[in-house]
Amino acid sequence: MSKSRNLALVSALVLPFAGPVLADGLGLGRPALPEEIAAWDVTVLPDGTGLPEGSGDVTMGDEVFAEKCAACHGEFAEGLDSWPVLAGGEGTLTDRRPVKTIGSYWPYLSTVFDYVHRSMPFGQAQTVTNDEAYAIAAFLLYSNGLVEDDFVLSKANFAEITLPNVDGFYPDDRAETEYPLFSAAPCMADCRSEAPQVTKRAVELNVTPTDADGKPAGTLPAILAEAQAETEAPAEPAAEPVVVTAEEIVAEAAAEAPAETAAADPALIAAGEKVFKKCAACHKVGEGAKTAVGPVLNGAVGRAIGTVEGFKYSKTLAAMGAEGGIWDDAALHAFLQDPKAFAKGTKMAFAGLKAPEDRDAVIAYLASLGGG
Amino acid sequence: MTDEPETSRRAFLVGTAAAGAGLVASATAARAETPDPLIPDPLITEVQAWATEFGDAVDATPYGLPIRFESHVVRRNVEWLTESTASSINFTPIHALEGTITPQGCAFERHHSGAIELSKPDYRLMINGLVERPLVFTYEDLQRFPRHVMTAFCECAANGGMEWGGAQLEGCQFTQGMIHNMEYTGVMLRDLLAEAGVKPEGKWVYVEGADASSNGRSMPLEKALDDVMVAFYANGEALRKEHGYPARLVVPGFEGNMWVKWIRRIAVYDQAVESREETSKYTDLMPDGRARKWTWVMDAKSVITSPSPQAPIRHGAGPLVLTGLAWSGHGKIARVDVSVDGGKTWAEARLSGDVKSKALTRFHYDMQWDGQEMFIMSRAVDETGYVQPTKDALREIRGLNNVYHNNGIQVWWVRADGEVENVEIA
Repeated sequence: MSKSRNLALVSALVLPFAGPVLADGLGLGRPALPEEIAAWDVTVLPDGTGLPEGSGDVTMGDEVFAEKCAACHGEFAEGLDSWPVLAGGEGTLTDRRPVKTIGSYWPYLSTVFDYVHRSMPFGQAQTVTNDEAYAIAAFLLYSNGLVEDDFVLSKANFAEITLPNVDGFYPDDRAETEYPLFSAAPCMADCRSEAPQVTKRAVELNVTPTDADGKPAGTLPAILAEAQAETEAPAEPAAEPVVVTAEEIVAEAAAEAPAETAAADPALIAAGEKVFKKCAACHKVGEGAKTAVGPVLNGAVGRAIGTVEGFKYSKTLAAMGAEGGIWDDAALHAFLQDPKAFAKGTKMAFAGLKAPEDRDAVIAYLASLGGG
Repeated sequence: MTDEPETSRRAFLVGTAAAGAGLVASATAARAETPDPLIPDPLITEVQAWATEFGDAVDATPYGLPIRFESHVVRRNVEWLTESTASSINFTPIHALEGTITPQGCAFERHHSGAIELSKPDYRLMINGLVERPLVFTYEDLQRFPRHVMTAFCECAANGGMEWGGAQLEGCQFTQGMIHNMEYTGVMLRDLLAEAGVKPEGKWVYVEGADASSNGRSMPLEKALDDVMVAFYANGEALRKEHGYPARLVVPGFEGNMWVKWIRRIAVYDQAVESREETSKYTDLMPDGRARKWTWVMDAKSVITSPSPQAPIRHGAGPLVLTGLAWSGHGKIARVDVSVDGGKTWAEARLSGDVKSKALTRFHYDMQWDGQEMFIMSRAVDETGYVQPTKDALREIRGLNNVYHNNGIQVWWVRADGEVENVEIA
């Protein structure tokens, strides 16, 4: 490999147009500082290279997981709705519906640490500390029955852990196992003797998005039918393309909102819509929104606490609602600032919005959504 | 001008569905009708508004959008596929496009934590790991490396993944639409790596994005030194936000997941990182419960884009243009065969325009349709001699849980009324 690499490097350096050929390249860029490399290169390799100092145990992992991960992955890493299942699934890889988890499928523990530390929680990446990442990894090993409940994972013992499916992968072998089979000169005539029989029809599953007329979404309109529609429609400016910006949508929504919020600042609402991205993985809003991981938030402002049908609230929030608690401005501020302080045991795995202006904005945005 | 010959001619020309539109009285409304060759066409005999008044002035739309009549030609997603649209995919309307270049505005998107807004002033690219000189480049620095132009298809490894178990979705937008093809301008990764100086023990190049998912992937050093590009422009203009503005990786022939957007770091290691995206995802589970990994190359594939379920035949029997796309991650498309009888006989289609390596190739097949039902299929052959297999041939080797790399032959059932269904046949 190194020979071909050197060749390629040499050819890359021989720039056809250049004046002097620079043995050290073009001299572009600047040295990366150690602090910068440390900030960005958090990769952990399968052999443990790149692991930071730290440790965490199953108990701590259980707590951190409940707080930061369980909203999607479930208290026991079983995966809510279609969010990834992280535990179980042993022996299912040959089933028609295999369950690919850390215990049943993932080859390396380094991947768990690397991904949790780098990319999770979803929508709040890089908020897991080193110790928390060790603890979550320890908890996930425990959830998969791979360690006992007193297990402590650290940089020191990390390399001792081998996941069950470490030998379950092999490099791409299509060149040997498939390409020879698919490289014969193809048949051109009399390739089948019997008339084709339909064995499967997508229409029978009926899972394709559709247009209003029931046809598959995006079906090209008949040119004649389109002309017909054009004829029937008045040639008014209304037929012009309506380019609606986000600002217009929120302004419109604000106009339709209850009187006390009708005067809300459109800029604040727009800012709130941005902040709401942190919430949108779990909470749905807008027309047709339904309760998902978290309750639907249309009409949330001013609503009795813990009362969205079909959502199983924590005891705390349910009790607040039963006692007449309302999601007014003060309650929302308190909850959003520190969810677990306001409502101990809440299922909302969200650290909170520390900046008051973020809370103001997101509350204004929620208020703009109205009911429904 | 008796009624009878008109009616029969109209029925012949447009078939029953269009005839059902009925007669329209007024002259302006007459344009809704199929021109009757025996009645002077008011679109010709009457002065139309657009032929006498002004159209839009220049600058009416400083950056133009498609005309409103094409508003159906958009990316679409399948909601039930994913829990969150921030980590999801949508599909290119390939049934409505022609030629080979995919406009950025309707090219499929796959994000793992949403499309981020990253400005050129805020952009940094780091090269570190097993290199002589760990470096940081600004966007401006990158612009000063020698620039190259290449056209390449980007196909999600999961394109067609929903069809492993059988025909499931109606329309090539959904069954083959996780693909786009653009002309990129950028700098070669090998030039950036030369600037940093790869150490002899460096064997793998790992790339990651600036978004919250970072979506890290590893590739062998040989590929990184071959044809991989850090691109800034697509189809002559800056990358759109959803395609990785201001810089993305272009990895010709390799699965789309490796084409890291908003690329912020390139690291050289002595081993593959085995990131989440290359272990728990983008590995191909085989029937024995083991899985193939590092299945980077997208094998030869083709699909008829029209007619197709979203592009039914509405003109009745007679001349019919059958068209589609073919591509291979191993190089150029050598040939595309078409069958209209469910694979009994095959005929070679025309390859239209330039055939480029690891890029979409357009094919056309001009035929006379007899108005009877057809089972239409296309079969790509690439320059290595690889022949696109049937789905069943793939299943025989890979079972039903493979998820990725479904490059099997697509069968469309064209009904006598011109409607088209996604089916499998025996």
